[in-house]
Amino acid sequence: MKLLTCPLNGTRPISEFFYGGEVRAMPDPDTCTDTEWSAYVFNRSGVAAVKCEWWCHGPSGVWFLAERDTTTDTVLRTYLAPSAATRR
Amino acid sequence: MPWRLLKFALKSKHPEPRMFTAHSELKESYDAVIIGGGGHGLAAAYYLARDHGITNVAVIEKDYLGGGNTARNTTIIRSNYLTPEGVRFYDESVRLWQDLSQDFDLNLFYSTRGHYTLAHTDSAVRTMRWRAEVNKHFGINSELVDAQAVQRALPMMDITCAGHAPILGALYHAPGAIARHDAVAWGYGRGADRRGVEIHQQTEVLGIETDASGSRVAGVLTNRGHIATRKVLCAVAGSTPRLLSMVGLESPISIHPLQAMVSEPVKPWLDPIIVSGSLHVYVSQTARGELVMGASLDPYELHSTRSTLDFAESLAAHMLDLFPFLSDVKVVRQWAGMADMTPDFAPIMGKTPIEGFYLDAGWGTWGFKATPVSGKTMSYTLANDRPHPLIEGFSLDRFRRYELTGEKGAASVGH
Ligand SMILES: Cc1cc2nc3c(=O)[nH]c(=O)nc-3n(C[C@H](O)[C@H](O)[C@H](O)COP(=O)(O)OP(=O)(O)OC[C@H]3O[C@@H](n4cnc5c(N)ncnc54)[C@H](O)[C@@H]3O)c2cc1C
Repeated sequence: MKLLTCPLNGTRPISEFFYGGEVRAMPDPDTCTDTEWSAYVFNRSGVAAVKCEWWCHGPSGVWFLAERDTTTDTVLRTYLAPSAATRR
Repeated sequence: MPWRLLKFALKSKHPEPRMFTAHSELKESYDAVIIGGGGHGLAAAYYLARDHGITNVAVIEKDYLGGGNTARNTTIIRSNYLTPEGVRFYDESVRLWQDLSQDFDLNLFYSTRGHYTLAHTDSAVRTMRWRAEVNKHFGINSELVDAQAVQRALPMMDITCAGHAPILGALYHAPGAIARHDAVAWGYGRGADRRGVEIHQQTEVLGIETDASGSRVAGVLTNRGHIATRKVLCAVAGSTPRLLSMVGLESPISIHPLQAMVSEPVKPWLDPIIVSGSLHVYVSQTARGELVMGASLDPYELHSTRSTLDFAESLAAHMLDLFPFLSDVKVVRQWAGMADMTPDFAPIMGKTPIEGFYLDAGWGTWGFKATPVSGKTMSYTLANDRPHPLIEGFSLDRFRRYELTGEKGAASVGH
């Protein structure tokens, strides 16, 4: 992967972006157990797959989602997170 | 030598013993199965046989021996870590390295060079001072030296780094060393083989079986058939998440490529190993004269050993900041390995919630130096079903207990 397409700024060199990790559901900190919370904080789905990830276009500060195959490093699509898009 | 080679080639029978015995069949069962024929798996097999008398063991390697990160690393060996558990552990490894060549009757080209970690900022100087004090407390040869001392030791280095990152001092670690990585795998492999351990290359583990309760190891499924066993050691570095998923375990490990490159051979001019966290460079010169260079980890998860031009360009630029006279020297090769990274830059070793499933992983960018001590402590853990005292702080369980180690500061640049 040398280029990535920001949903707002278009296709840019990968050096303009940074990686924010896989999108994960946060358990409710008020009701979950310590073990559930530590699993959320530390554990990752380490196995290679097509993953939905947070990426950020650094110069413009736009956060968006990318579906990326972590074996081949190919991006299937990028889009704004639904909630972020409506807030904008 | 050519005459001896010719005679050897013309003989119909080859008298030289092969490095390892080739086994055409897998046995139905073994006392222990080690998954992964890298340095760590082979070292564990070696010490299981040598120190614990457990020889009915199979090492299962999907590819060829030492073809994983063992043969891809930049071979830096040191013990100047930041935490007491790290320092004790890596110091024991440095001690074990000293007579390995003798043990194996194989030259590992273990070469003590001295190791400079350069500080370009006040905060880096502070961390170096901290590390030096922790190190000295544990009897490790480690000290903070000032910029003049660095310049005296390395007159060919531009200690201003072209004016934009002047070197203020360095952590100097005299025992810092490099070694020949392939020979480490072969030495441990041959030693284990001679003691009765079976090494099966080109054999991939496809599944791990547990008993009816799901909490105890019962066997291993490979592309060459099924093996029954009650003990499995998983030492697969970059493939750890996949193996863990076979027994339903989660972990904080994520896989990032770590790249490296090597220059054409030049006359010997660089004796010590040089590391700069700020410039993302580490470099040493091999006995053959090549400069072996590495930088920091690729910034996002990827299960691949591809190389990038970005990496070569930025590493070359930083090398030239330190050593401008290298501008005519050519890079001849670059490659990558898959580093199994943990959030606290310490390994994950020992027992797991699955009885009989032992883990030696989370070696990220720093595991080559630990090959001897991890083999030693994991073989103890397997033989006694109890973690070796040196690895108690590295259990998988530490994350559940929020008891991470504080090693991050000492390993910010990959090795
Ligand atoms: C570029 C680079 C530079 C580095 N530099 C340094 C350094 O300077 N100093 C340092 O201390 N460390 C360094 N490291 C880290 C070090 O190389 C590793 O931590 C160490 O070699 C890990 O050894 P290992 O035996 O655990 O893993 P590996 O050597 O990777 O062995 C694991 C083996 O498991 C096999 N395997 C995987 N899945 C299966 C399966 N399903 N069935 C059967 N076999 C399987 C693989 O084929 C592989 O051979 C570096 C790493 C890289 C990539």
